[in-house]
Amino acid sequence: MAAYEFIDHTFDVVVVGAGGSGLRAALGAAEKGLKTACITKVFPTRSHTVAAQGGISASLGNMGKDDWRWHMYDTVKGSDWLGDQDSIEYMVRNAPAAVYELEHWGVPFSRTPEGKIYQRAFGGMTSNYGEAPIQRTCAAADRTGHAMLHTMYGQSLSKSVEFFIEYFALDLIMENGVCVGITAWKLDDGTLHRFRAQATVLATGGYGRAYFSATSAHTCTGDGGGMALRAGLPLQDMEFVQFHPTGIYGSGCLITEGSRGEGGYLTNSEGERFMERYAPTVKDLAPRDMVSRAMTLEIREGRGVGPKKDHIFLHLDHLDPKILAERLPGISETARIFAGVDVTKQPIPVIPTVHYNMGGLQTNYHGEVVTLKGKEPDSVVPGLFAVGEAACVSVHGSNRLGSNSLIDLVVFGRAVGLRLGEILKPGASQPELTAAQTDPHVARLDRFRNADGSTPTAELRAEMQAIMQEDAAVYRTGESLQNGCNRLQALWQKKSDIKVSDRGLVWNTDLMETLEFENLIAQAVVTVESGNNRTESRGAHAREDFPDRDDKTWMKHTLAYLDQTTGKVKVDYRPVHNYTMSKDIDYIPPKSRVY
Amino acid sequence: MAELALPKNSVVKAGKHWPAPGGAKAVKSFRIYRYDPEAGGNPRWDTYDVPVDAVGPMVLDALIYIKNTIDPTLAFRRSCREGVCGSCAMNIGGRNTLACTHGWAEVPGKAVQISPLPHMAVVKDLIPDLTIFYAQYASIEPWLHTTPPEPANEWKQSESDREKLDGLYECILCACCSTSCPSYWWNGDRYLGPAALLHAYRWLIDSRDEATGERLDALEDPFKLYRCHTIMNCAQVCPKGLNPAKAIAEVKKMMVDRVI
Repeated sequence: MAAYEFIDHTFDVVVVGAGGSGLRAALGAAEKGLKTACITKVFPTRSHTVAAQGGISASLGNMGKDDWRWHMYDTVKGSDWLGDQDSIEYMVRNAPAAVYELEHWGVPFSRTPEGKIYQRAFGGMTSNYGEAPIQRTCAAADRTGHAMLHTMYGQSLSKSVEFFIEYFALDLIMENGVCVGITAWKLDDGTLHRFRAQATVLATGGYGRAYFSATSAHTCTGDGGGMALRAGLPLQDMEFVQFHPTGIYGSGCLITEGSRGEGGYLTNSEGERFMERYAPTVKDLAPRDMVSRAMTLEIREGRGVGPKKDHIFLHLDHLDPKILAERLPGISETARIFAGVDVTKQPIPVIPTVHYNMGGLQTNYHGEVVTLKGKEPDSVVPGLFAVGEAACVSVHGSNRLGSNSLIDLVVFGRAVGLRLGEILKPGASQPELTAAQTDPHVARLDRFRNADGSTPTAELRAEMQAIMQEDAAVYRTGESLQNGCNRLQALWQKKSDIKVSDRGLVWNTDLMETLEFENLIAQAVVTVESGNNRTESRGAHAREDFPDRDDKTWMKHTLAYLDQTTGKVKVDYRPVHNYTMSKDIDYIPPKSRVY
Repeated sequence: MAELALPKNSVVKAGKHWPAPGGAKAVKSFRIYRYDPEAGGNPRWDTYDVPVDAVGPMVLDALIYIKNTIDPTLAFRRSCREGVCGSCAMNIGGRNTLACTHGWAEVPGKAVQISPLPHMAVVKDLIPDLTIFYAQYASIEPWLHTTPPEPANEWKQSESDREKLDGLYECILCACCSTSCPSYWWNGDRYLGPAALLHAYRWLIDSRDEATGERLDALEDPFKLYRCHTIMNCAQVCPKGLNPAKAIAEVKKMMVDRVI
């Protein structure tokens, strides 16, 4: 193996990822006087938070009466009762303050005539415990994520966060079950870096690119989840993959749910507004899992649109062009570029498209990664935090409500900062790192850098994406999932035959895509195995062979461990928290989920 | 005397021709700037023949096809693929734009020629060094300056005041504008360039911001602001349809307004 040298850094806190949750966590840590690094593989404003459109939920009540309890009820019901209600209470109660903080930092929210933050309707968000749709989602036109991310990056420039931009994180440095830092590869000069830290925060986002068609960016490769699995940690609830109802047919680009929040609706080949049949109360503003299933059924029953009858129309053409220009300018542009559609005149062809991973690194509501240790399900992994889509707090349970992800990012990013401030002492001494801790990281990099098999990374990746698309779709069966498990196991073995062509270290994107592919396939494997194991239907996990929710057996979180040598998965469980955070609200018991 | 020719090590040499896989007949050629700092030697133009039936409509689709199927060593930045992250800015057919929202069929000429954003140091292939560009953005202090205390809820902002931010806040920092500006080419170290100045105006005009005077003071300099000569390339190329030149003119007007 060629000689590699590390350049060493010591920080109190290292945050990996500079999307919404990473930036918020880094800001919070820096505010507590902790020496904080933020390492990111893309320039911060290119993180995928930038693509969030519709808005951020918080019961501000700017458009009429609202109550955090209603937001909590909706989130619990949206999660199909798999969400941990203590965490959900923490999120919805801290949501308004988190939104006001963003506004004070300068987010250009759209405004009401009174000059307050504008809020729009979103799927599953209701008044008075499910009575009728409510306007709870705070919006900056349809570019809310972009506005937030740019504002938070600007804010972090005013604080003492030290950025390491275009560094690709390799692996967690673990010592006796404690995370003591992380290794990374600097792309523009090819050097390797070792970050020693009292706490490492994984804010690495989701792994949407495990699928062929996703609204996710090319960079959404779940690098944190891959690192965690390699460190022997489990990932939670990975079978729950959200399909967004309105990805553009063909390109998969996102069209915000806010378009239905502003009055848009879906039709089938008969011109019927079919959501009225599936969700009589909230219709097109049902949660995403239900709308995606309804669309899939319509297509399956021959009522899809287009020459192949394989997609659905989203109508905005009845809306006032002035409203479209003011509130939905971004998706109007996206529809024109990627579907050739003038939204003021024509419907947008859409199809359910992979969008969000409810699963991830299990944490408590302070963002501390927890794991099952003996009989203790909430045993903290010292030194390791996770936040954002990479984490599973779990506030989204088996199905996330639209606009609950942006609030998740800032509320729990902030919570991580607060917790770090409580438990860390700035500048506290840290143990020396040893070569033995990081030799496997280097060996892995070197092995892929010199990989001289016969199958290029792109080919293996395409095969994985096809398997996921076919076998872990909106509807699943035991047969499809078992098939997915078998095919992915075979593909896992083929990894030893991988071929990398670029042997350099400076911006070797061939090597980076290969390291990302390994992160992706690890999570693809645990996704199908977890799905195959869960013999019920809940939220986004819809099994045709087990169509009902089974609270008796399955009111529990899946934990999936991956053996890196064999590719085999071991499944265990954590109980769902059947309690709330405070006495201000009682546990909301499960009932049937109708809208 | 000014050196008007490229330094010897920057002269772009003829490169390799990569035929289409499987000998496809209907192909589009992509002539792409290649530079590998680790291999040494000059940059070169490689030509890739891409089967038109196998590739999506955008230039980024073609680049990804080339990387996946023909030559995995080709390096370029990309992320969102829908024109909001700003990663894949490059010069395509002589014009700065985003590879992900620009159709290759729209590019005039026989071959689609692609090079990195102009007048920036090249790290590798289509990847320019944007360090100075980012530092210029940071220098305008892109955050809201207010004097405490903050309100318990939001700062109020009227709909018409909020509207003043439209056409500004949508910037994705892709650097298409700054790197298309001849004035920035000449004085890129001291002139802030259209992107940073557009952001400067975005905060100047925000009704909530209380640092207008300080912000204008910081721009009062022969280079930072006044090297804009309304050449307008910035507005021509902006892939988001923004007009940085107009924002710069507004800043200049604010400068004048405060002294008369």
